[in-house]
Amino acid sequence: MSVSNAQTSLVDRAPQFVHSKPVRDGRTRNNKARYALTVLAFLLPSAIPLVLFVLGPMVAAAWVSLNQWNLLAPMKWVGLGNYAKLLSDPITGDVFLHTVYYIVGYLPLVYIGGLALALALNTALKGRSFLRGIYFLPVVTSWIVVALVWRWLLSPSNGIVNSALAFFGVHGPGWWTDPHWAMPSIIIASAWKDLGFVMVILLAGLQAIPSDMYDAAKVDGAGWWRRLFSITLPLLSPSSFFVLVISLINGFQVFDQVYAMTGGGPNGASEVVVQQIYDLTFRYGRAGEASALSWMLFVVVLAVTVIQIRGQKRWVTYG
Amino acid sequence: MADMALMTPRRLSTKAVRSREAKLRMAGVIALHAVIILGAIAMFFPFLWTIITSLTPGASLTNTPALIPANPSLGAYQQLFAERPFAQVILNSLTLAVITTVVQLVTSSTAAYAFSRLPFRGQTAVFGVYLATMMIPLQVLIVPLFAELKTFGLLDTYLGAVLPTFASAFGIFLLRQAINQVPRELDEAATLDGAGHFRIFTRIILPNIRPAIATLVVFAFMGSWNSFLWPLVVLRSPELQTLPIALAGLQGQYTSQWDVIMAGSVISVLPMLALYIFAQKYVIQGVASSGIK
Repeated sequence: MSVSNAQTSLVDRAPQFVHSKPVRDGRTRNNKARYALTVLAFLLPSAIPLVLFVLGPMVAAAWVSLNQWNLLAPMKWVGLGNYAKLLSDPITGDVFLHTVYYIVGYLPLVYIGGLALALALNTALKGRSFLRGIYFLPVVTSWIVVALVWRWLLSPSNGIVNSALAFFGVHGPGWWTDPHWAMPSIIIASAWKDLGFVMVILLAGLQAIPSDMYDAAKVDGAGWWRRLFSITLPLLSPSSFFVLVISLINGFQVFDQVYAMTGGGPNGASEVVVQQIYDLTFRYGRAGEASALSWMLFVVVLAVTVIQIRGQKRWVTYG
Repeated sequence: MADMALMTPRRLSTKAVRSREAKLRMAGVIALHAVIILGAIAMFFPFLWTIITSLTPGASLTNTPALIPANPSLGAYQQLFAERPFAQVILNSLTLAVITTVVQLVTSSTAAYAFSRLPFRGQTAVFGVYLATMMIPLQVLIVPLFAELKTFGLLDTYLGAVLPTFASAFGIFLLRQAINQVPRELDEAATLDGAGHFRIFTRIILPNIRPAIATLVVFAFMGSWNSFLWPLVVLRSPELQTLPIALAGLQGQYTSQWDVIMAGSVISVLPMLALYIFAQKYVIQGVASSGIK
């Protein structure tokens, strides 16, 4: 297009500006409509199910949060009453605090561990496909089985971990039976289970880094750490960003492992937000409050994610 | 390597530095192998324990099975298939997982292309809304979703079970990050050759994000394969039952028969593992033949 423009402007300059304007406008409008159609064609296949089956129910949940509802009797309008009730209840603060505790412990463990694993299994290691498969095993195993095994490993009296600690003369803690150690137990088991998830995402990212970049860096005399910080981490940043955003979103919604390992105990020491939502809905029949708590959680997660997306310009580099 | 030695202040010791470095590297490789293999054992252990328990007749929580069962038997597996339509259950789970995976591949890749390559006004905001759909716990969406599918008359149908999984913000986000990594020069070259967006999408973008697509296949399949709460709510007929629900049913039914429960767990993990191993090969192939290597 620029070529043809240049040609016409060579023939005569001044009239071209005046005359071609409406013509060009018509063409751009046509192009714009076609472009809009292209965008729609690419977006609608995902937008329709998302609106119908996620956004719709989300809005419905917002409506429920303004009512008192036990799932059976008709709803009773209470306005912001559910929110006020939750905000004045000390348990609400506790469950958010426990959730944040989980995230702060879990995220660095699983990211650094997963990165180390991805880097190690991206090298020319013998049997690396086999090893990757093994590290991925916990990801595909259900939490019911994993929780069972970890409760057994971390059993205070005869678990393998405490037996090993005793061998070194250390008196092991009560793990999931001790209020102070319940959350660390959940964090360890979760990081162990999700290590393979982070590894797979980061491996896919590592595969996309052109190997000639490393060759060039080696020729320039860059050592392993230098290559890690100057090539690998910057080029891996889109994958890292993805892992961190997803892990934070999932971290705020931590539920399965808590439910299966401690049930929120002992004495509510590991009770997290979604567990509270679950209990409110299905145990106490207080669906209105549960929806209100969900929306409070949603706002928190949304704020954290928006901050991450805003901040990605500082450290995420795209090809 | 030689350049690196030159950069060290004392030029004379080039040889010494080199040999020390070689030794260090050797030690590093050995240490790496040791750590990786030890870790793999730790990773494999719980699964091994599951297998052993499934082979130990009469295993229970109080009666912890020995590392090598005294008289291993496949009785638990036989019992599993004899007393329930377990083959039907596996087929149900497989059907739902395949539908979910195929549909999610289409919806995720097209949306990811739009977010990466088709700038439009309010794109960031729309992407934000997409991401937001991941941020509300499923536990609270279940009740409205149930009511909605009831009005559509889709309760207790396969369609009702899979419809809510048709679009996944996770998959869209995953593929968008991958497409963002594909150099834009490739599209520009194709545009100059007269290719439109659909052609660029199928011919340039999709072949270049094969590792991410393989990753999505694994996670979409796994999400459906392991999903518990929604199928439990929507599928009522026993002949439509899926694997996780059947497994949970086992726990109620055979509270003391952990060998049967663990046999079910082993069976539930195997297809996922096979898919992962298959996808992994594909990941490596895909990278080898892509244009960015």
